[in-house]
Amino acid sequence: MAVIKLSEAKVNFIKDVCKSFGNKPGEVINVLHKVQGEYGYLPAEVQELVAKELGIPVSRVYGIVSFYSFFTMTPKGEHPISVCLGTACYVRGAEKVLDELKRQLGIGVGEVTPDGKFSLNCLRCVGACGLAPVIEVGEKVYGRMTPDRVKDVLAEYK
Amino acid sequence: MHVLVCGGTGCQASASAQIIENFQQILAAKGLQDEVQVVRTGCFGFCEKGPIVKIMPDNTFYTQVKPEDVEKIINEHIIKGRKVTDLLYMDPENREHVSDSKHMGFYRKQLRIALRNCGFINPENIDECISRGGYEALGKCLTEMTPQQVVDEITKSGLRGRGGAGFPTGVKWGLCAKNKCDEMYVICNADEGDPGAFMDRSIMEGDPHSIVEAMAICGYAIGASHGLVYIRAEYPLAIHRLQIAIAQAREYGLLGNDILGTGFNFDIELRYGAGAFVCGEETALIHSMEGKRGEPTLKPPFPAVSGYMAKPSNVNNVETFANVPIIITKGADWFASIGYEKSKGTKVFALAGQINNVGLIEVPMGTTLRDIIYEIGGGIKGGRKFKAVQTGGPSGGCLTEKHLDTAIDYESLAAAGSMMGSGGMVVMDDTSCMVAIAKFYLEFTCEESCGKCSPCRIGNKRMLEILTKITEGNGTMDDLQELRNLAAVIKDTALCGLGQTSPNPVLSTLDNFWDEYVEHVVDKKCRAGVCKKLMSYVIDKDKCIGCGKCAKNCPADAISKTDYIAEGHKLPSMVIDSTKCIKCGACIAGCKFGAISVK
Repeated sequence: MAVIKLSEAKVNFIKDVCKSFGNKPGEVINVLHKVQGEYGYLPAEVQELVAKELGIPVSRVYGIVSFYSFFTMTPKGEHPISVCLGTACYVRGAEKVLDELKRQLGIGVGEVTPDGKFSLNCLRCVGACGLAPVIEVGEKVYGRMTPDRVKDVLAEYK
Repeated sequence: MHVLVCGGTGCQASASAQIIENFQQILAAKGLQDEVQVVRTGCFGFCEKGPIVKIMPDNTFYTQVKPEDVEKIINEHIIKGRKVTDLLYMDPENREHVSDSKHMGFYRKQLRIALRNCGFINPENIDECISRGGYEALGKCLTEMTPQQVVDEITKSGLRGRGGAGFPTGVKWGLCAKNKCDEMYVICNADEGDPGAFMDRSIMEGDPHSIVEAMAICGYAIGASHGLVYIRAEYPLAIHRLQIAIAQAREYGLLGNDILGTGFNFDIELRYGAGAFVCGEETALIHSMEGKRGEPTLKPPFPAVSGYMAKPSNVNNVETFANVPIIITKGADWFASIGYEKSKGTKVFALAGQINNVGLIEVPMGTTLRDIIYEIGGGIKGGRKFKAVQTGGPSGGCLTEKHLDTAIDYESLAAAGSMMGSGGMVVMDDTSCMVAIAKFYLEFTCEESCGKCSPCRIGNKRMLEILTKITEGNGTMDDLQELRNLAAVIKDTALCGLGQTSPNPVLSTLDNFWDEYVEHVVDKKCRAGVCKKLMSYVIDKDKCIGCGKCAKNCPADAISKTDYIAEGHKLPSMVIDSTKCIKCGACIAGCKFGAISVK
């Protein structure tokens, strides 16, 4: 594992977050939510620091990060793309949209393009089943997607 | 005058925020901002035709409104009092415009109890909620009823858990109330993880106060003063509105210490989930709230005895709570008069899939699947043939034509091999492959299995491997028997509800679509054309003009020229080498002459 030295600002931020939850071990999930919200992902160094501050083993923090799908240890692209694979989107052809995205971006699910612009992920149901199939680019939702529209959507961010 | 604009997630994705902004700007420019109030409501349910704009008091229901339509609505409807006909809903049968939602097929057979305020109030305004009877029930409980009377009333109403399992709510409260303790918890399970379900989200987005009120009532009934909502972090709008509702309730003295001067203390905190389906199981949910991995534990002890922080806790689902206040105000007898046999009241479903009217619906228990799919749902998209309807998500099953007249309640759905579940209802037509659907759900379960017990962790993995083998054309008849054997073991031995119900999608498709499995195994065919490995792409040599576009599009170099020139064409036709073909479909997409087909 590559060793990344955390910047002092980052260290202080994480310490402050832990403190705001009273450094209580039971608040570890809330702490991780806050930290990931700020930095986008949770590398090993961050987990080590959180564990130290809350006085729990790193293994417990890692156990939580790896258990919950919301937490990630890889950075996201500048424009994270999420393809909804909920049942409604699935039966309306979400897989074909996903295949086209993979083809055009040249990356697989969970990967980032070499230029760091896009990352590709799948999620289960954004609750916009009326617009199925749905993809999200950042916070923006694109409904009634087809493989043909993929090119146009990506072009908006290039 | 009120302009109600849907602010649910679906409509927000199609520019409802811009619509609201346009209304506010244009109304202000015309000096009408004091006469006409623009309200961002929760989900109206009719997501298929969103964004929805409703004008009150004349109850006009505009569908598929675009931001640029706003000016027209203001000029015509609000100023001149004339309805904008081309934005009204058109009845697909007689092609007439309908302006009142009561007369639309989508709403006619619905009965809205849990969703009573969704689409009627501004969810971020407690006064609007109170004007529609909000917090009346809490007042009644605190001033006129004893805790035991509240428990009895809920028990008598016949309300059962809407999360899916259907345990009687009043009985659950009663069990918890017996374990008197200085510290007890009311927990709202808002970890809606079913793919294809958004009922709880819509309730929280559209009527968050009903949840706050119901939790306080539950707290009074069981003797708890702490409330916790375990909500998915993926639901930012619902979180935002719940936070506002809790803050407003505190400000009005409806949460906090000495509520309504009765000496009753109750407050609510939010806890965030982090994307784990298994946390819908109550013991797993409690562990997650304690900051641990969301792994379930054996019951007993039930949460009613030892729950959050090992204190007695009562866990109910969002929709269950949403029913509570109205049961108190209208009475248990009223509620028990609605519904069917052992299932009282209504159920909210997220209707989705290949159906004309996708959306959020609420129907009395006992409504038939046929009524839901054809009357409310408006039938199958594109006039195709109905194939199956899936209820209960990854824990449920696929029902067919022969089940369409089943009156839905907890018992009948279970008897048919599915389950009520939390309310996802996905309709499929003949373009869905049932083997692939079973595989889809199993992929979900494998991904979400917490890994604690081996039947679920390993058994489901083995089943998924067999299904993958079948969809790739390598299955045998023995595999089908093996699927049944594994399913039986997992059902009997898995630790929690997720594992015990995970084989249901496979079992129900084996029962109801046996022929399709056999076709995959024996004939190596997928009739829906979904399983790629069982398909072959073929060029009709007489239709092909030999332009070569397909060969250019082909990423696998699988297409080449033949020496056959069809009559009337100048160039030789093309042919696909099936051993090289990766079945991506790029050739079909590029062929303007319809010469390529899938067999």
